[in-house]
Amino acid sequence: MPTLLYRMLLSLALLLPLTSHAGDAADFVAASPARQAQLLESWAAAPDPARLPLLDALQNGRLVGDIAKQPFIEQDGRYVAVEDAAQPQGIPKKLRLNNRLRGLLATTQASHQLLDQDSTVRLAAARQLQKSAKPAQLALLDARLAAEDDKAVRDALALALANLQLVDSDPAVRLAAVRLLGESGEPLARTRLEALLASAESDSRVRKAAQTSLSQVERRLLLGELLGQAFSGLSLGSILLLAALGLAITFGLLGVINMAHGEMLMLGAYTTWLVQGAFQKFAPGYLDLYPLAALPVAFLVTAAIGMALERTVIRHLYGRPLETLLATWGISLILIQAVRVLFGAQNVEVANPSWLSGGLQLLPNLVLPYSRLAIIGFALFVVVLTWLLLNRTRLGLNVRAVTQNRNMAACCGVPTGRVDMLAFGLGSGIAGLGGVALSQIGNVGPDLGQSYIIDSFLVVVLGGVGQLAGTVMAASGLGIANKLLEPQIGAVLGKILILALIILFIQKRPQGLFALKGRVID
Amino acid sequence: MKRRPLLKSAFAASALMLSGLFPFTVQAAETIKVGILHSLSGTMAISETSLKDMALMTIEEINAKGGVNGKQLEAVVVDPASNWPLFAEKARQLLTQDKVDVVFGCWTSVSRKSVLPVFEELNGLLFYPVQYEGEELSPNVFYTGAAPNQQAIPAVEYLMSEDGGSAQRFFLLGTDYVYPRTTNKILRAYLKSKGVADKDIEEVYTPFGHSDYQTIVANIKKFSAGGKTAVISTVNGDSNVPFYKELASQGIAATDVPVVAFSVGEEELRGIDTKPLVGHLAAWNYFQSLENPANSEFVNKWQAYAKAKNLPGAAKAVTNDPMEATYVGIHMWAQAVEKAGSTSVDKVREALAGQSFEAPSGYTLTMDKTNHHLHKPVMIGEVQEDGQFSVVWQTEGPLRAQPWSPFIPGNDKKADYAVKGN
Repeated sequence: MPTLLYRMLLSLALLLPLTSHAGDAADFVAASPARQAQLLESWAAAPDPARLPLLDALQNGRLVGDIAKQPFIEQDGRYVAVEDAAQPQGIPKKLRLNNRLRGLLATTQASHQLLDQDSTVRLAAARQLQKSAKPAQLALLDARLAAEDDKAVRDALALALANLQLVDSDPAVRLAAVRLLGESGEPLARTRLEALLASAESDSRVRKAAQTSLSQVERRLLLGELLGQAFSGLSLGSILLLAALGLAITFGLLGVINMAHGEMLMLGAYTTWLVQGAFQKFAPGYLDLYPLAALPVAFLVTAAIGMALERTVIRHLYGRPLETLLATWGISLILIQAVRVLFGAQNVEVANPSWLSGGLQLLPNLVLPYSRLAIIGFALFVVVLTWLLLNRTRLGLNVRAVTQNRNMAACCGVPTGRVDMLAFGLGSGIAGLGGVALSQIGNVGPDLGQSYIIDSFLVVVLGGVGQLAGTVMAASGLGIANKLLEPQIGAVLGKILILALIILFIQKRPQGLFALKGRVID
Repeated sequence: MKRRPLLKSAFAASALMLSGLFPFTVQAAETIKVGILHSLSGTMAISETSLKDMALMTIEEINAKGGVNGKQLEAVVVDPASNWPLFAEKARQLLTQDKVDVVFGCWTSVSRKSVLPVFEELNGLLFYPVQYEGEELSPNVFYTGAAPNQQAIPAVEYLMSEDGGSAQRFFLLGTDYVYPRTTNKILRAYLKSKGVADKDIEEVYTPFGHSDYQTIVANIKKFSAGGKTAVISTVNGDSNVPFYKELASQGIAATDVPVVAFSVGEEELRGIDTKPLVGHLAAWNYFQSLENPANSEFVNKWQAYAKAKNLPGAAKAVTNDPMEATYVGIHMWAQAVEKAGSTSVDKVREALAGQSFEAPSGYTLTMDKTNHHLHKPVMIGEVQEDGQFSVVWQTEGPLRAQPWSPFIPGNDKKADYAVKGN
């Protein structure tokens, strides 16, 4: 009996601090998801800096509860009691959040971060609240705005506040809020203004201001959309270019109908995966640098495979396009199946390094992903490199000589066999570089090459066989045309229409966009 | 004059071959032949290869326990190479040349539609292990995957609930073929019945193997500014990786716009860095992360099998819903053969009705008495950092399948039992 009494007293004593924030963690751990949501909402309206470690732990998934519902924070495998709880009983379980709680948590965290010393943290918090602030936070935002001295944070806070003031009872406050929203380029501002206009807004001045603000916002959004479309077209173009550039050499210059070109891309991507694996194993500290290391490795591997293919198979088939087509197609099937046997039919995981994850927020509705920016830059770099190789080196001179007139070049002492091999290796190596880039945005699986081979041939044929500039133009043109058509008629129809247009164009102009001039074509 | 000897020797040769065949057929009578019809090459190899291995593991397991009716099972594996017409040819070969008693196979609805006439003509028996769009009920097929009411509709219900984020707008994104189109038709009708207006539903399709999702993700972003949005993805196969990568790089998190996928499981997530995807959802009838004794035994068995057979990627072998459905299907068929005492398709079909099995999902799954579908529980899982799912919601118990969805007009007149040519 005394023990029972003692226990009751103890639990009472434990319950007492729950009323103050000292028991927040215990409260939260014991609560049902619906109650947890309520707790987060009430915390968001009345932030307390002491609660921040708890919120951070919750967000990182480090908040755990044991069977007695006592809260702990996991730190390097140990469980640290959050409040006065002592030892965990049993194995504590991680607190699972659902999306609704995660969203509320972000809002709550933001309202706590408004009290931070660092103005950049406050700015980020204010931006978050622009999206998700709840009417219960109105008083808090008002108070913070009055206390804020940083200009940027003030502006952001004022905007977050304006969202809530749209339903204020005072028309003057509503008017100011509507005007302020007009300054923003947020997609959400449009929805809010539209909702205001659709509602029973009685004040004519507010209605008029809302109309002006709406058209202002829409102009900004349109700009972002157009820029976004242009960027995605450019990005698609750069991917097509990287996929097709190797083919521009093997097919364009050497005239080999190389159906195994796609598999060179695939092998480049698999090399990236292997390099990533090696970094994980031997140099985990430098893991972020693996794509850079993968570039030369992929180039060398695919170039070596390309040269081996050229020496063993393709060399015997020069001047017999049909046999080349069949032989290289067979090679492509062999390579695909070999990879499938070696690495499995499933896709392998190539993770973006942290400097290629995320994106650059230019406008509220325009994010340029770093991986795509990097690929555009990389495509340009490879084009310049290839151009320099072909036009400024002895090898390039020889390649051009051999493709223009094999017999004459041989008479002048150019070792044509060697040049063929090197040029084919160069084309394959560039395809390998393309593979490294493709691994950052898409699948890495045995069938990777199959999905790019048709596009690659389209680009090279459209651009004009044997022309680097043509390949560049065709790739970016196709990319932009594709992205212009897609929003209007959908991805499926868009693709069909592009194919139809290319067929018509090639009918009219078989030599492609850029034709070689003079007597070079035999 | 030279023809006669040639003819003679040809006769002799064929006689020899026949006599050579005889001992073979005698020996074959000792075993029960089981056909496995999954693509081991081509675009669908990514998903179907593991189903073939799972089928072989299950057969090995049944054989180790003494086989069925005292006979060992013998697997006949063929590769239809993701080529839909080839599926029909291979099915015919399995039924007429290899004389298998049952076939486990197919993934895409296109391949199932392609083999269906063959099975109906030759009275074969097919077990189909993947969730699909319904609208089919053949006496020669048993469906061990989910019908729309066992996957798609509960998932949408969850999204509309408070815990699921109270979604008001829906972006239906799919690959352009029969399964996504039919599922979205059902979902659109369902959403309308729940009072969602047409302007709040957007339907977008991409070709098979589509890899550039920039425009679509930008559109999702635009669409989601108009109210709480959820994306319902029926994107199939390889395209999922670029889609999720694009979502992550354009900064769409699950808290803003959750994506619920019907064709993305543990196996598909193996090819993706899942850290940016935490919180996105999938609806299935089984997850590897389920905690119950039957499942841990199942997962351990599979991982040991993958290691013993040295399957590619065995170190990270995972199980998923269609693999579980394959496992359940083979066991149920074996039970039915034992009950019928014969492998005759007509007798087995009869014996399968009402057959039940303790599945790795932790539930006892029952084959419906009439409609050839399993009663299955529905679960919604959230993607975790390690590529596994944690269950956030599930039905109280197994649901009966509705292969003819009530949300498609005219279906109320369809019989709820198997009829040829349906």
